[in-house]
Amino acid sequence: MSEGRREAQAGTLESADILITVALTEPGAGLQIDLVSPTMKQYGAMIRQVIEKVLTANGIADAMVHANDKGALDYTIEARMQTAIDRAVGKG
Amino acid sequence: MKMEQLKLRRAMMFMPGNNPAMLQNAGIYGADTVIFDVEDAVAVSEKDAARQLVHNAIKRLQYPCEVAVRINHIQTPFGLDDLKVILPAKPDLIRLPKAETGQDIKIIDEIIGEAEAKYGFAAGSIGMMAAIETAKGLMHAYEIATASPRMVALAIGGEDFVADLKTSRSREGWELFVARSQLLLAARAAGIQAIDSVFANANDDEGFLAETRLIKELGFDGKSVINPRQVRMAQEVFTPSEKEIKNAERVLAAYKEALERKSGVVALDGKMIDTPIVTRAERVLAYAAAVRK
Amino acid sequence: MINAAGREIPEIIKGITKVTPYAGPFAICPQGRMVGPKIRAGKPGSEKLLKSLEQAIDASGLRDGMTISFHHHFRNGDYVLNQVVEAIARKGIRGLTLAPSSLNDVNDAIIPHIEAGVITAIETSGGRGKLGRLMTLGKLSKPTIIRSHGGRARAIECGDLHIDVAFLGAPCCDRYGNMNGVEGRSACGSLGYAMVDAAYADTVVAITDNLVPHPVHPISIPQTQVDFVVVVDSIGDPAGIASGALRISRNPRELLMAEYATGVIEHSEYFRQGISLQLGSGGASLSAAKFIQEKMLARGITGSFGVGGITNPFVEMLEQGLFETMFDTQDFDLPSIQSLRNNPRHVEMSASYYANPHSAGPIVNNLDVVILSATEVDVDFNVNVITDSNGIIMGASGGHSDTAAGAKLAIVVAPLLRGRLPMVLDRVDTIVTPGETVDVIITERGIAVNPRRTDLIESLKGSRLPVLHIQDLQRMAVELAGKPEPLPAGDEVVALIEYRDGSIIDVVRKPK
Repeated sequence: MSEGRREAQAGTLESADILITVALTEPGAGLQIDLVSPTMKQYGAMIRQVIEKVLTANGIADAMVHANDKGALDYTIEARMQTAIDRAVGKG
Repeated sequence: MKMEQLKLRRAMMFMPGNNPAMLQNAGIYGADTVIFDVEDAVAVSEKDAARQLVHNAIKRLQYPCEVAVRINHIQTPFGLDDLKVILPAKPDLIRLPKAETGQDIKIIDEIIGEAEAKYGFAAGSIGMMAAIETAKGLMHAYEIATASPRMVALAIGGEDFVADLKTSRSREGWELFVARSQLLLAARAAGIQAIDSVFANANDDEGFLAETRLIKELGFDGKSVINPRQVRMAQEVFTPSEKEIKNAERVLAAYKEALERKSGVVALDGKMIDTPIVTRAERVLAYAAAVRK
Repeated sequence: MINAAGREIPEIIKGITKVTPYAGPFAICPQGRMVGPKIRAGKPGSEKLLKSLEQAIDASGLRDGMTISFHHHFRNGDYVLNQVVEAIARKGIRGLTLAPSSLNDVNDAIIPHIEAGVITAIETSGGRGKLGRLMTLGKLSKPTIIRSHGGRARAIECGDLHIDVAFLGAPCCDRYGNMNGVEGRSACGSLGYAMVDAAYADTVVAITDNLVPHPVHPISIPQTQVDFVVVVDSIGDPAGIASGALRISRNPRELLMAEYATGVIEHSEYFRQGISLQLGSGGASLSAAKFIQEKMLARGITGSFGVGGITNPFVEMLEQGLFETMFDTQDFDLPSIQSLRNNPRHVEMSASYYANPHSAGPIVNNLDVVILSATEVDVDFNVNVITDSNGIIMGASGGHSDTAAGAKLAIVVAPLLRGRLPMVLDRVDTIVTPGETVDVIITERGIAVNPRRTDLIESLKGSRLPVLHIQDLQRMAVELAGKPEPLPAGDEVVALIEYRDGSIIDVVRKPK
């Protein structure tokens, strides 16, 4: 991963989408996920898992993620996470 | 007749590639093909997001129909990245916009071939089609249509084409008459399908139906649509009527009977039946069978 | 105890005299007689016209602990309920039961008076917005009783719901209390829900902003039932009462579901000369009107009657001669109000005529087909229109269970997913309409027919409609969205869902 500790955003606030901001943080800072969702009780844990899974798949252990969910399905959450990460590390 | 020609593409429905709500519902409207658009429907700043979303949609959701992706032209800064991200998801078709040369097709053909090998997809399993949107492209239509065995169809992109002609679109569509006919000739000569342009006014059902009937008479195999409501309308125009099916059955029955009698001349209702009429009847029945599937 | 819909119903519920568990849609055989209205003697020359709401409240004899009622014909444009409750609060009267035919967002304004103890119980069709939340949080002295339109008419006529004073907004009224809903700036059309209150309440107060010379014509509610008349500046906001002509949705998903619903009707045995039909005002249900119209014209058939909830598409069909008669309990748009005023084939009916199951037969019994919407459905075909996915009251029972029970073909339309949440579940949060009265469920991804209806399953074969098992629909939803975490069950009962026959089909519990 690059040295850049950048912050980037992907997604929208349209229905069925999710707006995600990923900020890469200092090594050792760990993952912090801040999630807002209309289906927090039913899907909150699952959405967090998906977010963590994409971070891990990209080798990211230290990041701050803010996600404002509007009822997105997993395929969308994963896509938006991947795009936000790519943009944050400068691949976007 | 090649099997490929029996693949129905009466209604190929565009869906904006960066819109999750529309992507996940794309399959419910009965379109023969859905085309996820990462070209005109997506802002330059969102190309990366759209291709990622389209990749995931194809990979994770199940569509009951053919799935195509309209990529950006490979001469733009986006086209190659589109292919890189989207091909691993294995779309059924890649649709190239603004095709102007056979060379464009050959480049993409090669990239697809590499991806098929890399990801273990059967060679030739990802098809292609190209939209002709300029006079230059039309002049090379046959070359484009035959540039790769992956090519299944040529489409005409009406708006861009008339702009290139330095005119505008009318409701009757005279300005596109020659282009449509020429594109059809190229497609038929190459043995592939011809797909007409979108009809822009989603609220003008009469106009849509009139245009669809016209292009069907010209010989087109289908139409690009932008509104789910137009899917059914286009399909109804292209589907042979009960009367056409009955008639085709009678033609074939008479022909078969004549063959059995070893009679050289076949007639039905006082009209002579020759080979083209038999071929047309066979096509109607093959079409009807494909619709029923 | 577990009722016939499989729901746990407490045997004793705070503030409820007798709990009868639901035993099946037609299980209860009522005995005895309906209640009679109070006898009054209006003498010649008596003056009904009072100067103010305060005066009317005094004259009505309203006291602590009584039950007051209102109609909801003004929907979100209603000024009457809020004004009257305000005036009652100023008089220091407390502990009232509020029993309107339904409540709307606009009525959130009375919440301070609930908190202050002016109103301590509610019996109505449902709740929305902040009022719905308040009911769900159990802030009343006893659970809210939720009744269908037919169930409310039944409860009033048999005495389960005794109304002490009915305050009825009257768009057009004379000084002796004759009224109708089709004239005046606050015209709402039919006064169908108010008719039952007017016929049975001990005291009836008409509240109008349009006093006309005696006698009003036509008369929807007669002077024989009205004790007092009060004129106020305004009883409602016309923009909130009725919209302009309701139009067919352009939402492709709703149109697709409407097409499926129409396809089911077309392939059923009920699509024949003389068909009778009710359509809801929801997007897909309303849009089905256009497709049904096309199919009726194509098939060359006409219907006997339509029922509503009348909207413009229905009015057009009446005018085209596609239906002989329209029966109308309420009007959703201006063309419907005009039609009720001008078209003799457009008939105003009371909620009792519409749907009271304990009469010699309401009009829903004659319905061939109804198309209804739903919040959630489950694999047993039960329908919820009351609580949302977090268990909060946010909808109303309306005529849902009445028409489903009455119609020969009850079609329920719901999207497979709302946001991420599957709407075809193992078990709906709250049952309003029992699955045994629901025949078909339509989603954008497929149609499920109640397995009891083998005849319908047979008629839909070869229709090319995407007919699936209800479990397949549920599976599809879960494949797309994942299985939602179940919410922890609450325990405190905050609302009772009364089935139309007065039995308890489900309860709403306060979410944890």
